Amino acid sequence: MANIKINGKDHSLEGLDPTMPLLWALRDHAGIQGVKYGCGVGQCGACTVWLDGIATRSCLLPVGALDGQTVTTIEGLATKALHPVQRAWIEHDVAQCGYCQAGQIMSAAALLEKNPSPTDDEIDHAMKGNICRCGTYVRIKSAIKTASASMVASALFYDATQTEETPV
Amino acid sequence: MSRDNQSLNNPDRRDFLKVSLGLALTSTGGVSVMSLAAAEASGVLNAYVQINADGRITIYAPNPEVGQGVNTSLPMIVAEELDANWDEVVCEAAPIAQHYGMQFAGGSLSTPMRWDELRKVGATARAMLVQAAAQEWGVPQDTLSTRSSMVLHAPTGRATHYKNLVSRASLLAVPTDGTVALKTPDQYQLLGNRVVNASAEHIATGQPIFGIDAKTPGMVYASFVKCPAIGGVAKSANLDEIKALPGIIDAFLIEGTPGPYNFDIRESYATQSGVAIVAKDTWSTFKARASLDVDWDLSAASKDNTQDIEAQALKALADGKVEEEIERVGDVDDAFANAAITADATYSTDFVSHAQLEPQGVLVSAATDKVEVWTSSQTPVFITANLAKLLNVSPKTITVHQVRGGGGFGRRLSNEYVFEAALISRKVGAPVKLQWKREDDMAFDYFRAPTYYRLQGAVAQDGQLTGWKNLLAAASADGKKANYGASYRPFDFPGKVIKNVSVEQSFVPSQTPTGAWRAPISNVYAFAEQSFIAELAHAAGQDHETFLLNAIGHQGHIQEDDPASLNTTRAHAVIRAATRAAGWGRELQEGRGLGLAFFLSHAGHIAEVAEVSVEGKSITVHDVWIAADVGQVINQSGLENQLQGSVIDGLSTLAAQSISVVNGAVVESNFDTYPLLRMPQSPRVHVDVLNSGYSPTGAGEPALPPLAPAVCNAVFNACGQRIRSLPISKEGFTIV
Repeated sequence: MANIKINGKDHSLEGLDPTMPLLWALRDHAGIQGVKYGCGVGQCGACTVWLDGIATRSCLLPVGALDGQTVTTIEGLATKALHPVQRAWIEHDVAQCGYCQAGQIMSAAALLEKNPSPTDDEIDHAMKGNICRCGTYVRIKSAIKTASASMVASALFYDATQTEETPV
Repeated sequence: MSRDNQSLNNPDRRDFLKVSLGLALTSTGGVSVMSLAAAEASGVLNAYVQINADGRITIYAPNPEVGQGVNTSLPMIVAEELDANWDEVVCEAAPIAQHYGMQFAGGSLSTPMRWDELRKVGATARAMLVQAAAQEWGVPQDTLSTRSSMVLHAPTGRATHYKNLVSRASLLAVPTDGTVALKTPDQYQLLGNRVVNASAEHIATGQPIFGIDAKTPGMVYASFVKCPAIGGVAKSANLDEIKALPGIIDAFLIEGTPGPYNFDIRESYATQSGVAIVAKDTWSTFKARASLDVDWDLSAASKDNTQDIEAQALKALADGKVEEEIERVGDVDDAFANAAITADATYSTDFVSHAQLEPQGVLVSAATDKVEVWTSSQTPVFITANLAKLLNVSPKTITVHQVRGGGGFGRRLSNEYVFEAALISRKVGAPVKLQWKREDDMAFDYFRAPTYYRLQGAVAQDGQLTGWKNLLAAASADGKKANYGASYRPFDFPGKVIKNVSVEQSFVPSQTPTGAWRAPISNVYAFAEQSFIAELAHAAGQDHETFLLNAIGHQGHIQEDDPASLNTTRAHAVIRAATRAAGWGRELQEGRGLGLAFFLSHAGHIAEVAEVSVEGKSITVHDVWIAADVGQVINQSGLENQLQGSVIDGLSTLAAQSISVVNGAVVESNFDTYPLLRMPQSPRVHVDVLNSGYSPTGAGEPALPPLAPAVCNAVFNACGQRIRSLPISKEGFTIV
């Protein structure tokens, strides 16, 4: 156990109980509270973060198992502007209580980074580990589709500009 | 909701208000104009609106936010009458203070209880700003209009922003209550629009806005371990061993209050007995629990077994055991004697947990004479007085901050976790962040009570429903009175609609605490009633919709002065809208079915139609159509979200949620044994809102009750199997 990178910054895990789940290291020691405690047994997904880009349940991940990895939390998802998934979540007014939504967004964004145009079944499969007790699944699905369209469109735009700038 | 109206005419109070305004001006650069205006409007010092020097208009939402959207919808009501530019409005949670009246979130009441008050607040502020402009420009008030935070003078084309008028407005005498006109619905610019929740961006970016995120300097972390058998008392524990573990600051017993733990949200400050573990972080407290060994005194603990409760209840119903009459109308025996068709069926539901996604937790600083609480309580209004009694301090020394809650559903109506944290904080001498584990939350809930109904119906020769009998077996701690949510309250339907009705009950012993769970009583009774109506229609060979409409009849508004009472016109309208949207009566393939249900709860008339397919015991819910009449729409987006969410919650609960109790202890502990619905199981949800123009009601609850009967009626129509017990997993069904 040594150092990890959280949202682009180096953090030392020195002195922490190696059995402490990343969830509690983030919340109580790194001051990163967007990640939420819902069940502690990997059932609800409220604690979802990215570990080297892969959506991971931080409540089951002991910090002793980490060394040199990159952790991205909801706070680090937006870089210059909000991530398209975050924008879609606001546009669709997805949240009710909002407690699960950081985890939902991290799962949805991880899906779209790998698969920018998922089918309904692929969305279901990618999101089934995240519980929304308020029942916002209808809007989550719509928001993912909007984010998908936006990401595909900007990728096309990017390709188009690249083509224009590249002499044939 | 008593209000101190004497203060209206108290000159000292007026002086105090003006001094307050002056202070607000110097310290914030803005003016709390409404502290004066609303004081006149409601008879108490009030502070809902602050117009800041930069033009931002802060509007305070008085009631707790637990996901029902009142942090946005309540300020919208003020903003509408104020003609504020919504883009300039900042919504904030109000402090907890007596002058905000009933600061609680329950019974879908936040909107209806504030509807008149907040409209007056906005309209009074607007009137004062108009008067200020009239003075400044030397023009008659009736030549002025307002729009988008501006006062406009059409004849000269002059216009100015509210921010420029606040100083002058704050010096004006406040219009007396009743002299300021409120808008009529046709004048609304904002209400009824789709408005994105005020916290949407905070949520999407992970800002620390929830109860669990609250912090204060010097804070330590605590876990509180209670006796699995509810009401057991901690005699001793290996405290020295626990205190020696890494990160642990202290560990001690808390005596607690003897049970049973009634759902008394106003007066109680009871806590269960247990062991407090205090540490430098949350994980250390959780980890230490694995080493904790407690000797419990079980002599006063609950001995409940859900199997016994169910068996006794079903026997009481089969035997026709009656201990108390709840309601009697007409001559039921005569109706049954003269019936062409009768039916008799028993329905039951299990204990269920709230399972709000943020487990109970709170930050309490009770180490010194100045007590502070940061809580997501649904009843912050009841904390101060009870905490003062518990700690033996003056209520004046207590400050309660309301913080967004990660779901409520009724779980946060009781404040026992606040009292636990206060006792721990006092003992340890530091501010304490108490975090219940999910396992604590599931084991020590005020559960939705189990219910058992034996329904009998009589249909006359002409096909009309003429007789209705309901015999209940109600869980009861003392054998004399039903535990919270276990009984029945006389609903307008059937009691005021069907000519001959009797409702009776007997009691079944149960010590397991029960409380308010989203749409209490309605959520379980609707399942029984609306399923049984479909059974009667089937037995009578009638179309379910036709039979239901005829049963409801055409009396109109049952009690004109009560907006929450049944209005048969509104009921017919939502039923017809839902069936029309769903294509009621259309041809379906084999194994598919449509099911209908209607229910009125919390002043919301709601009809739902579900379309399902059934293969063996696997049920797929494809679509649900809702037609809702909840009166004037405040926020269309927020309303639709609540309606969609109620469908998902209803389905989640009926699928496989059941709390079982063995020897007084809850068996299920987490979402692996108490499953919540997931996205692949979710249906499409189609919402049709009928904006009837009646006074608004809250939308957190009324759409939940019709879901279970709509789905179960659809299952019957798909495969001929009648489900009479929830969750449906008890009869081997699953939602896929």
